[in-house]
Amino acid sequence: MAMFIRVEVDPQVAGQADLVKKLVEVCPVDIFATGQDGALAIVEQNLDECTLCDLCIQACPPGTVKVVKLYE
Amino acid sequence: MRFYEYEAKTLLRRYEVPLASFRVASTPEEAAATAGELGGTVVLKSQVLSGGRMKAGGVKFASSPQEARQAAAEILRLPISGQVPRSVLIEPKAPVAKEYYAGVIYNTLAKRPAIIFSDMGGIDIEEVAEQHPEHLTQATFSSLRPVSDYKMKEVVASLGITGNELTALTPILSRLARAFLAHGLTLAEINPLARLENGSFVCLDCHVDMDEDARDRQGALLQELGIGREETRQARPPTPFEIRGAQIDAQDTRGVAGRIVEFDGDLGLIIGAGGGSLTLFDAVRKYGGRAANYCEIGGNPSVSKACELTKLILSKPGVDKIAVMMNVVSNTRVDIVARGVIKGVVESGYDPAEKIAIFRIPGSWEGEGFKILRKYGVEYYDRSVSMDEAARRAVAKMQTV
Ligand code: SF4
Repeated sequence: MAMFIRVEVDPQVAGQADLVKKLVEVCPVDIFATGQDGALAIVEQNLDECTLCDLCIQACPPGTVKVVKLYE
Repeated sequence: MRFYEYEAKTLLRRYEVPLASFRVASTPEEAAATAGELGGTVVLKSQVLSGGRMKAGGVKFASSPQEARQAAAEILRLPISGQVPRSVLIEPKAPVAKEYYAGVIYNTLAKRPAIIFSDMGGIDIEEVAEQHPEHLTQATFSSLRPVSDYKMKEVVASLGITGNELTALTPILSRLARAFLAHGLTLAEINPLARLENGSFVCLDCHVDMDEDARDRQGALLQELGIGREETRQARPPTPFEIRGAQIDAQDTRGVAGRIVEFDGDLGLIIGAGGGSLTLFDAVRKYGGRAANYCEIGGNPSVSKACELTKLILSKPGVDKIAVMMNVVSNTRVDIVARGVIKGVVESGYDPAEKIAIFRIPGSWEGEGFKILRKYGVEYYDRSVSMDEAARRAVAKMQTV
């Protein structure tokens, strides 16, 4: 269970193959993965490793990916 | 990483340091046969990775193969400092006229290797330094330029040694220094370095330690000496706690969070950064703290690695609190360590505000780290509190438990 970070992805992005591929590629700590159905999957056990690099936010249309710090 | 005497002598033989013709025996029968071949009186020495062999009964003399068999049998079944001897080194007893000391260490203040020489060998060099400092001399030398015989000659001559002795001792010191530089050693010591009755010199005993981090570069030497990768060569076998610490460090390549040494105190330590671990460990002891462990963290360990290390330390019986202290960090992120440690405490079933005596890691991403620490009520400090003061505060907190 993640204690420090939550990642919110707009369902439209989560279902778009090219954006899913981008997210999986850019995240340095493997928080994103491709699910069995090709949709985006969040790897819960890696969430707290988030480096706050914002690469996922930059990879998708503005406002569609949010990285929430649970300690703020 | 420590070498057995026979391995150290094998290394020094490569550098043409004068040695008696030593052999190694693993059984009393082999010892008897070797003693017969060498002839005359021989000395048999226990091969353990520990000092104090003479006092413990690990060094014996024998004047016949029968005596050698008996002596080897006794030595081989005698543990010294908890270590069972690997074998027995046998060499002819030398007719010693006088004993000297020669050693090479790394002088961390000068940041250069240093040669140490004394005309009082055969006893602890620390004792000579304390009680007979006029019999000891030392000088640093370059680790970049070739070792200079002239420099070594100056060192020996500074104790008033002249003539044939000076001529004979100089190359021995040079060769010892060359071996030190070539093999990533942290200590190369000949004690005693004996002048025999015929005026020649011979290394009677020696001690060589290699930097753990030199192991990969020294693969060929270690293979030649038969030292496998699995041999840790610590002064005692690792405890299950230390083995688990090494596993945590090895299973994730991100950063370092390990190199754990177990102690029996109540204050768990998560310490590191640029020599910070040693400084902080010493400071904790200085203020009367009882450390449960030594460890090193740095190089930006992952959250999970810091978390697992924390859980390991907290699982150790008798640990009341942990102190998380580092030097100012640049390549380790404060917030990542904070997350890992807090997660480890929570997953162990404790309250971070209670269990973390102090968190003092200033540097990269400290603002983010401090937000996390504030949220969990952990006492934290920035660089305006020195490492020494942080250690003092951590120890003081233990004393008010
Ligand atoms: S901010 Fe960086 S580390 Fe965090 S989820 Fe996005 S890409 Fe991954």
